Parts: sequence; structure tokens; C-alpha cells
Amino acid sequence: MSDITLDVQGLSTHFFTRNGVVKAVDDISFQVPRGKVLGLVGESGSGKSVTGFSVIGLVDPPGRITAGKILFQGRDLTKLDEGELRDLRGNRIAMIFQDPMMTLNPVLRIDTQMIETVLAHDNVSRETARQRSRDALGMVGIPSPEERLTSYPHQFSGGMRQRVAIAIALLHRPDLIIADEPTTALDVTIQAQILAEVQKLAREVGTALIWITHDLSVIAGLADDIAVMYAGRIVETGTVAEVLDRPLHPYTHGLIGSVPSRNARGSKLRQIPGMTPSLLNLPVGCAFRSRCPRADAVCEQDPQNTHPVEGRTLRCFHPQLEMVA
Amino acid sequence: MSATAVPAPPEAPVAPKEETPFARFISEFAENKVAVAAFVVVVAIVAIALFAPLISPQDPYDLAQLDIMDGRLAPGSVSMETGMTFWLGTDDQGRDMLSGIMYGLRISLYVGVGSALIAGVIGTALGLLAAFAGGKIETAIMRLVDLQLSFPAILVALMILAFLGKGVMNVMLALVIVEWARYARTARSAALVETRREYMEAAKCLALPRWRLLFIHLLPNCMPPLIVIGTILVARSITLEATLSFLGLGVPITEPSLGLLIANGYQYMLSGKYWISFYPGIALLVTIVAINLVGDHLRDVLNPRLKK
Amino acid sequence: MTTWMLRRLIQAVFVMLAMTVIVFIGVNVIGDPVEILISPEADQAERARAVIALGLDKPLWEQYWRFLLGAVQGDLGRSFVFNEPALKLIATRMPATLELALTAVLLSIVIGIPLGLYAGLKPDSVTGRMIMGTSILGFSLPTFWVGLMMIMVFAVQLGWLPSTGRGETAELFGVQWSFLTADGLAHMAMPAFNLALGNIALVLRLTRAGVRENLPMDYVKFARAKGISPNRVVFVHVLKNIMIPIVTVVGLEIGGLIAFAVVTESVFAWPGMGKLIIDSINVLDRPVIVAYLMMIVFLFIIINLLVDLLYTVLDPRVRLETKE
Repeated sequence: MSDITLDVQGLSTHFFTRNGVVKAVDDISFQVPRGKVLGLVGESGSGKSVTGFSVIGLVDPPGRITAGKILFQGRDLTKLDEGELRDLRGNRIAMIFQDPMMTLNPVLRIDTQMIETVLAHDNVSRETARQRSRDALGMVGIPSPEERLTSYPHQFSGGMRQRVAIAIALLHRPDLIIADEPTTALDVTIQAQILAEVQKLAREVGTALIWITHDLSVIAGLADDIAVMYAGRIVETGTVAEVLDRPLHPYTHGLIGSVPSRNARGSKLRQIPGMTPSLLNLPVGCAFRSRCPRADAVCEQDPQNTHPVEGRTLRCFHPQLEMVA
Repeated sequence: MSATAVPAPPEAPVAPKEETPFARFISEFAENKVAVAAFVVVVAIVAIALFAPLISPQDPYDLAQLDIMDGRLAPGSVSMETGMTFWLGTDDQGRDMLSGIMYGLRISLYVGVGSALIAGVIGTALGLLAAFAGGKIETAIMRLVDLQLSFPAILVALMILAFLGKGVMNVMLALVIVEWARYARTARSAALVETRREYMEAAKCLALPRWRLLFIHLLPNCMPPLIVIGTILVARSITLEATLSFLGLGVPITEPSLGLLIANGYQYMLSGKYWISFYPGIALLVTIVAINLVGDHLRDVLNPRLKK
Repeated sequence: MTTWMLRRLIQAVFVMLAMTVIVFIGVNVIGDPVEILISPEADQAERARAVIALGLDKPLWEQYWRFLLGAVQGDLGRSFVFNEPALKLIATRMPATLELALTAVLLSIVIGIPLGLYAGLKPDSVTGRMIMGTSILGFSLPTFWVGLMMIMVFAVQLGWLPSTGRGETAELFGVQWSFLTADGLAHMAMPAFNLALGNIALVLRLTRAGVRENLPMDYVKFARAKGISPNRVVFVHVLKNIMIPIVTVVGLEIGGLIAFAVVTESVFAWPGMGKLIIDSINVLDRPVIVAYLMMIVFLFIIINLLVDLLYTVLDPRVRLETKE
């Protein structure tokens, strides 16, 4: 247990709306060992962001965690009260959001927003907090951090703002960082830089990292393990090398196949036919059934988690054992 | 909108029950009991005002019916001369307060609703014109609207009455000038949204004459926000007229509105004869609050519909 | 920054000029200037002399020019009733009105914001709903009637507060103020609160709307993800964001309050500009009316300017743009 920073078992998070129950996360399980990076992959609406919020305890009504355990260094987070969770947030578990313009408060200065994070968990002087903030900015590669401290968020570029968010996440050297599509809003070159920075910092400090994204190419270069989500469920897990080389789930197959770089130039882009089902009206049984080329009568049952191979899990009745073309 | 815990399996769709938009509007409106009660109150008040000459115990303007000896009697007192009961007391002239209130309601509603309607017609016309014509005309009209709205209503009314003098017509003129701008702004916003919609494109393609486009196609669809604004402005109109009359700048003493009645009773408040001001005040209050409640709920009911 | 100020000042001058034109038209063109500017007490001979003295026999544009010249020098005629320069009369009554209006603004912020915060944070609670329900009453009830009721309850029935007048004043910077004496405060309590009612409801609803709008925003979630205490999230992060529109609205409403003081001052016999103007309209003391209108517009312009300045101070995004 000491080597596994995060152990999620059977987590379900449901939203109880006026139109019905939305099963945003439905019975998922995964582990993130110390110092490793887990890529949580899925399209929008697959439940990956809600997973992140569930771990850090920021699921707001009408949603709530309905089942499962979230073991963070052995402690079950679902059993903690708000005060205990707040102690952990920003301190031992940190989160980075997608759009840095909206995550930093536009009317507060950068130093205010960083110093308050330090002071929320450490009883130090303001001056010390300021020093640490300045050092953190330097660490993420922001030039002239002293001047930058007194600026406002809108005076930064998108990439810089995200670096600030990362700096804030690292202020207390957390054991776990949940990054929710942090580079989606940035252009490709900045993206690459940020990825490299985060990877380096995580390795240095031994932080476990959950990188939530819909972009497979990002995962390929960054993550150690991968978990594929579809319609609120994890359909496949394994190491990045294994899953990307030999995907077992038809959905993963389709995802990899539809990446543009994998398609021969000039030929039509491959797509997964159909559309993601509405989480309000999931079909009975396997959620991917309506789009799967291999679906048949048995798929009307709910597929359970299986271990077809050592170190991999799969939720499918018809694992795809051929290689991707 | 029932909560379904189990997703329904796909079936042949059931044909929706036939319901006209108006029926739907009524049923949505009826969901808020308070607003319905307020609406009933408004109807009752309008009825009282309309039928005042028929149902009031006394004609308060007929000097022959008044007896100064009956002045300042408390509610429930009986006249020494005629033997009629003054349910809400009398004022200093011996007028029955209940009758005075009924007639006062007439004037208050006449001025309030009248000015709101006139302002509505003028304001809507200008607002639609601005949206339709665009360009310099639109800018000119909207500048005027902004100018008008940047001045407090009471100040504008004060100015107009100071220059023109008192009287019912002048008060109505002042109210119209104060209120048209809000209608114009609402009408223009609604029109701008509606002109972009497909049915307007279709109508234009049919090369319909401009006035037809304006009045038969555009206007009815702009009505919902205008109705909401109208209700709220009627309440404001009535309040403003009451305030002006209370200050002595409004309707003349021969046609007292509720505001003037309240002003008349002001001097007697300190000596404990509260009813001369109190009951007209209650009548005014109930009228305004009821209209506001209806308007508030109308806004809630009509708005999401616009977005759908 | 300076170009912006200059532009605003030029605008202000234009508005004042426009106002003089409107007032001039109102007095000399719409109304009968002979009736308006000459005391109704004057007889034929005095009238004829006054007509010549006031230049009412000259062409309109020349009359306007004389009026404008006088206005710039601060001469807006003499009051018929008090036989003093109209502008001086208005100026001596202004502090009373300003005191009332500013106290009302203070009340609307001090009462409106906390109530609005509560209603925004706990919208479904009993208290929250009650607050919102009462706020509707706040701006739909006619102010003058509420004032009357307050007098009836607190002055006549309970005898807690004085019903009318200003009470004792004390001097500060050469001006008489009420808030410096306890008696003055007692006299100011009801009128200020009465005037503030509509504004309290407005600020309350604005605050609540601001809270409801800002709570689901990303920056709030991020602040919580950093482990910031919920108090700080509300009172620092959210409050600073909603203050900007609230301050703007409140600032612009000050002008409305000063104008609406005419009603409150009449109800409570508060000796400010407002009561003066009502009395003047009733006795047709037109020079005072003219002086009042010019003064009000002037105050409005200054207030608008100050609010704009305040806005640039509060919103860092705007401030840094105007610097460049």
C-alpha cells in the first residue's frame, strides 16, 4: 500500500437532476503508484473530469459520490469530512484545471493567489510565503518572477497562466496532482513545453500524476499507465506501451485508429460510427454496444472488469486481439 | 419533467397531447399560487374602479351630500345626519373614506394605466422603428432613450410639471415622457432578436410590404417582453402619480387620486386620526404590490419560452 | 488618463450647456416668462419696468445669451419668496440633502450587501427566501407612504423617534451637519432609512445575483481546490468580483437618491434642497426652480465622473488599459 499513492475502488458518482439520474462515473477502479503518471483518456462527457473532482472531493450538488472507496495513501477520502479534505487540497492533493484564464481570479494579484495557498496550509510569515511563491514561479520557468508576482492574470499569456497554475499546484510538494486537460487550451508548442516541465517536476519530487485528456498523442509521450473511459466507465487499463500497441477494447481500437497521424495520407479519416449516448439514457448492458462492430446479443449484459492479461483490465465481452491496422 | 431512475427502453413515440400555446401559458402561470391570487386582486380592483359610481355608498364629489359635521369621524362611526355607516371613517370635509378610495382608485388607475398605454404605444413604435430602420435613425432614437433614462423619473416629472403647471393631462404627459424610453429599449432589443429569426427571413423573401412585416409578423413576437415591461411600468406609473399628487404637483383637488387623499390626511396623522391617510395608502399598496407580483411572475413564465 | 479626463470634462460642459438651453426653453418659450420671472405680486408699472430690466422685450437669442452669462457668474435670479439670490439659497440647503443621500447610500451598502450575500449563499433557506420576498416590497412600496407609516409607528405610537425636522446640528468645515449630534442622528434615522429602502432592495438583489453567478465559476472551484477556507473564498474571491458592478450601480444611484430626496424631505419636513423645490413649485418661485435644476445637473455630472474614476480604480483590467 505504501507504494500506491491512489487506489480507487468501485467509484460511482451520480448527478440527481430534474430530468433524471446522470451516472457520470459508474463503478470505476484504477491505481496510481508513487511517482507514476496515469493518463485518463476519453471524449467529452465520458466522466473523466468528474472522476478528478470526485477524488479531490469537489463534486457539487446535485451530484455526489454514491459508492466506492478512494484510498489516498491508505486513507479513504470518501469517509473524510470537509475540514479534513480541505487540509489535503492544495497541500497533499493538488488540481490543475483546463482554462487558466478562468481558474485564476481576474481581480486578484498573482502573489495574493499564491500566498494564500501557502498560508492555508503552513503557518509561516507572509514574507516567507512570498519567497516560496517567487521560487515556485522560477521553478516553472517564468522569467523575472519578482515583477510577475505583482501582476494580474490577464497580463499573462495562456501558457504563462498555466505555468502559474502548475506553480500553485506544486507549492506544497503534493503527493498527487490531478491535471484536468491542462494543455487543451494552449497551442502545440507551449503544450510540449508544459508537458516536459510537469514530467520533470513529477519525477524529481515523486509526485503521482493523473493526466486527464482526450488527446492520445499527449498520453503517448507522457504517461506510464493509461485508463480509457467511455460513458462513465473505464473500459480498459494497462501500461501505455501495451494499450497503444495492443488495444483490447473495440473503443480503444477505434480511438487509436482515428488519430489523424495514423491514417494514410489521402485516405478518408477513420471514425467511430454513431455518437456518444446521453448519460441520462444509457442503453442497457455495454454502453458502447450501439457503435461497436463486434457487438452481439451477449453485449446486452453489463460487462464486468476482467484481467485478460497480467497488469491489464478490460470491460468487454469481445476483446480485440488483433493488432491495429 | 418527471425524474426517471431507470432509462426507458426505446419504443414507438406517443403523440403529444394537443395544447395551444395560450393554454400552456395559463397552466404555467397558474403554478404560482401567489401570482394567481395577485391577479385576482388586480381584477377585483379594476372592477371596483370601473363600477365605483354604482357601488360606492356616497358620491364624494357631490358637495350636497357632504356634511362638515361628519368630518374626521373614526372608522365605523355613523353619520348624525344621514345615518349611513362610515366603514373607513371620514376626512376633514365629511367625505366617506370608502367612497373616496373607490373614486380615488378610478383616477389612479386612469392616469396610471392610461399613461402606461400611451407611453407603450409611442415607445414600442419608436423602438421597432429604430430596430427596423437601423443606421442614423436608430442611433438618434437610442441616444434619446439613453438620455431619457439617465435622468431620474421624479426629476423629469418635476421639471415638466414645474414648467407646465398641474392638472390631470399634464401629469399624464409627464408620465408618458418618463416612461416611453423603457418601452422603446425593450421593443428594440426584442425586435433585433426577432428580425434575425427565420420566419422574418421567410416573410421578407415573400416580398411582403414593410408595414405588414412590422405589424403582423414582428410585433406579435415581440409582445412577451413588452407585456412584462408594461405590467411593471403600470405599477411604476401609479406609484409616480401618487407621489406627485402627494407632493401637491399632481392631479387637482377636484379629482383626487389615492396619492392626493393620502396627502390630505397627512396633517391629521400626528393627532392620531390615522385613517384619513392610512386606508387610501393600503388601497394604493395593495394595487401596486398585486400588479408587481403579477408582472414578476409573468416575467418568469414568459422568459424561458423566449429562449426555447 | 489625461486625455480621457479631458474628454469627459468637455462632455460635461456640453451637458451643462444643453441643460441651460432646456431650462431656457422651458421658462422663456413654453411658459410665459413674464409670469414666470416677475413676481406675481407686481402691479402693471412694476411689471413694465421689470420687463425692460430683464430684457424680455429683446429677441430670444439675446435673452438666452444674457441668461447664460448670468449663469456662468452664478447669478440665476433672485427668489421671490426669500428675496435672496436663488443659487445661494440652494447652496445653503444642499448639505442637508447631501447628508441624507449619502447616509442612504451607506445604509444600502451596509444592509444590502450582507443580506444579499446570505440570500445568494443559501437561496433555498427560509431566511433566504424571506429576504428575497421582502426585497420585492422594498422597491414596489411607494416611498412616501412608507415614510408616513414610519412616522405613525415610530413617532406617534411608540414615540421613539422625532417625526419631522432636522434637529440639532454641529459645524464642520463651516457647514452645519446633523450626523455630528445625537439629536441630529435621531432626526436623520427615519428619513435616511426611508430614502434608502429602494436602494437596499436593489443592492440586495444585485449582490445575490452576483453571488449566484460567481459561485459556479472556475476560479471559485480552483480556490477551493487549493484548500482555501470557504470564508475567504466568499469574502475575498467572490466579493471582490461582485463589488465592481455593485459599486457602479450604487454610485450612479446617488444622483437618483438626491433627486428622490424631494419626496422624503417633504414627508419628514427635512430642510434640504428637495423640500425647497417643492415649496417653490407650489408658490411659483421660478428662479429657485431654475437654480435647483442647474445644480442637480451639475451634481449628476460630477457624480458620474467620480463613479467612472472609481471604476477604473476597482477593476484592474480597466485600469491597466487606460494607463497605456
